[in-house]
Amino acid sequence: MKRIKRVEEKFYIGLSAFMTYSLIAVLAFIILVIFVKGFGALSWDMVIKVPKGGYYYGGEGGVLNAIAGSLYIALGATLIAIVIGMPAALYLNVHLIRYRRTQNTIRYFLDALWGIPSIVYGAFGFTLMLFFGMNASLLAGIITVALLISPIMVRTFDEVLSTIPKGLHEASLALGSTRSETAFRVIFKQGFSGFITAILLSFGRGIGDAASVLFTAGYTDNIPVNLDEPAATLPLAIFFQLGSPIPEVRDRAYASAIILTVIILSISLGARFLSKRYSKTNLK
Amino acid sequence: MKSPDIEMPESVVEILTPSVAGKPALKISNLNVHAGDHHILKNINLEIPENRITVLLGPSGCGKTTLLKCMNRLTDLYRELEVTGTITIGGDDILNSTTDIPALRQRMGLLSQRPYPLPVSIFKNVAYGLKLKGVRDKRLLAFSVEKHLREVGLWEEVKGRLNAPATSLSIGQQQRLCLARGLAVKPAIILADEPTSALDPTSSKIIENLFREIRKHYTIVLVTHVLRQAIRLADHVIFMHDGEIIEQGSPGELFENARSDKLRAYLIDGN
Ligand SMILES: Nc1ncnc2c1ncn2[C@@H]1O[C@H](COP(=O)(O)OP(=O)(O)OP(=O)(O)O)[C@@H](O)[C@H]1O
Ligand SMILES: [Mg+2]
Repeated sequence: MKRIKRVEEKFYIGLSAFMTYSLIAVLAFIILVIFVKGFGALSWDMVIKVPKGGYYYGGEGGVLNAIAGSLYIALGATLIAIVIGMPAALYLNVHLIRYRRTQNTIRYFLDALWGIPSIVYGAFGFTLMLFFGMNASLLAGIITVALLISPIMVRTFDEVLSTIPKGLHEASLALGSTRSETAFRVIFKQGFSGFITAILLSFGRGIGDAASVLFTAGYTDNIPVNLDEPAATLPLAIFFQLGSPIPEVRDRAYASAIILTVIILSISLGARFLSKRYSKTNLK
Repeated sequence: MKSPDIEMPESVVEILTPSVAGKPALKISNLNVHAGDHHILKNINLEIPENRITVLLGPSGCGKTTLLKCMNRLTDLYRELEVTGTITIGGDDILNSTTDIPALRQRMGLLSQRPYPLPVSIFKNVAYGLKLKGVRDKRLLAFSVEKHLREVGLWEEVKGRLNAPATSLSIGQQQRLCLARGLAVKPAIILADEPTSALDPTSSKIIENLFREIRKHYTIVLVTHVLRQAIRLADHVIFMHDGEIIEQGSPGELFENARSDKLRAYLIDGN
């Protein structure tokens, strides 16, 4: 019996390890492919220049238009989603704490929203846009992406808040803090790194999504300076370049993918660093 | 005629003082708590004697925690709880006061079943309540933090890492930190809800000894399921059952001459 148990345990540990490492291997493989295919085409010009005439036929220029557009859209949408997500998550965890049924129903709907494909958000944003007589623009893109990532933001904030024990709440109040002191000095601090992760996750989803901005943000070779101007985005830039018959342009698609990956990675690392720093300075 | 110049040693005073002699630190009358149609606490009338350890005993779910939470109004956190009656501390009505509840709560320290250190450093945990009281003087804060960490016997263990996160301490140390944090706001009463149930025997012992020492200066209300602990610490015992106070009195009265069947059954189960 004992031997069988031990073999069984070994088997499951081996299986779990295999799954974990193959996932990491797939990720590494994706990054490797992008780098191998795109590194040759990567240049400073790609990062600091907008497309010149003939760029899409292998001519001069870069994808700064798409870099800027993507950052604008993702940042704008993330800000809106934070503004929506924080109060919503607090409402779920504080006011609905005793209304389990309502709480779970809302969570269920948010999870369902999380799972809706982004092209549906794109189509929805498009109808909204037409309804309000707007053109494809930075603003329309920001709003659509905000709709896309808000459920993610609410649910991840919600998860963070729900792991904070009621006892901590009570301890803080028992020491004589008011409700708002408890919220800001204790609960917010306790959840800080979780909130950062939530924001990151949403930002990453926002900056990487193509389908939601396809009809709503439009595409342009310029860097938008107004909210009502169209905006290019990196995922669409990759999409368009990848569809080109010219090999150099296809390589640039991979180079653009490298840029997008580096942006996401550096924002993620930066935020991690910040949240570590924050919790350290916190303790002085 | 008492002669004022004869000083009795404190231990003698303690022996001579009958169990409930201290004036009440906390007076509870006609306290009722409902949650929907569940009557959780049923017409509680109680006096908590000053500078004594009052032990609340009773089977799980009988309302001990709820009673403690009424005392510092943590019941406010639970909207579904409907609390009526009066609880007075030094003449101030706790339940019906709408003024400054944080200040009221600072007159009581809370020690819960599990330690909940604030997400800040060891130092800041102890200084937290004082800062809320408006103390800004760095030297005063440092003095007070050291004093209370010494009081709970934690100073030697943590003096080299006061800026480390409180969560880096062991559970037993965290619980002592939580006690120090509570003592730092100078409460009159300490509400302790099974404070040793998550602790190892050594840490439990330390907490018990601390309670014995500090009861000269504080009134302690202790909920425990450990009968031996109750016997070791109690000056006054209250036995609750299903939201009601069944018996109360000195440990001798309750543990050796239990009058009610419920208490006798409880004592037998506990031994
Ligand atoms: N917020 C609440 N809403 C509804 N019922 C509650 C609430 N808080 C407590 N109760 C009920 O009140 C009763 C007493 O609970 P309480 O936590 O005070 O018991 P206890 O004596 O501390 O038990 P234990 O020894 O297990 O800690 C229980 O039946 C509990 O279910
Ligand atoms: Mg309890």
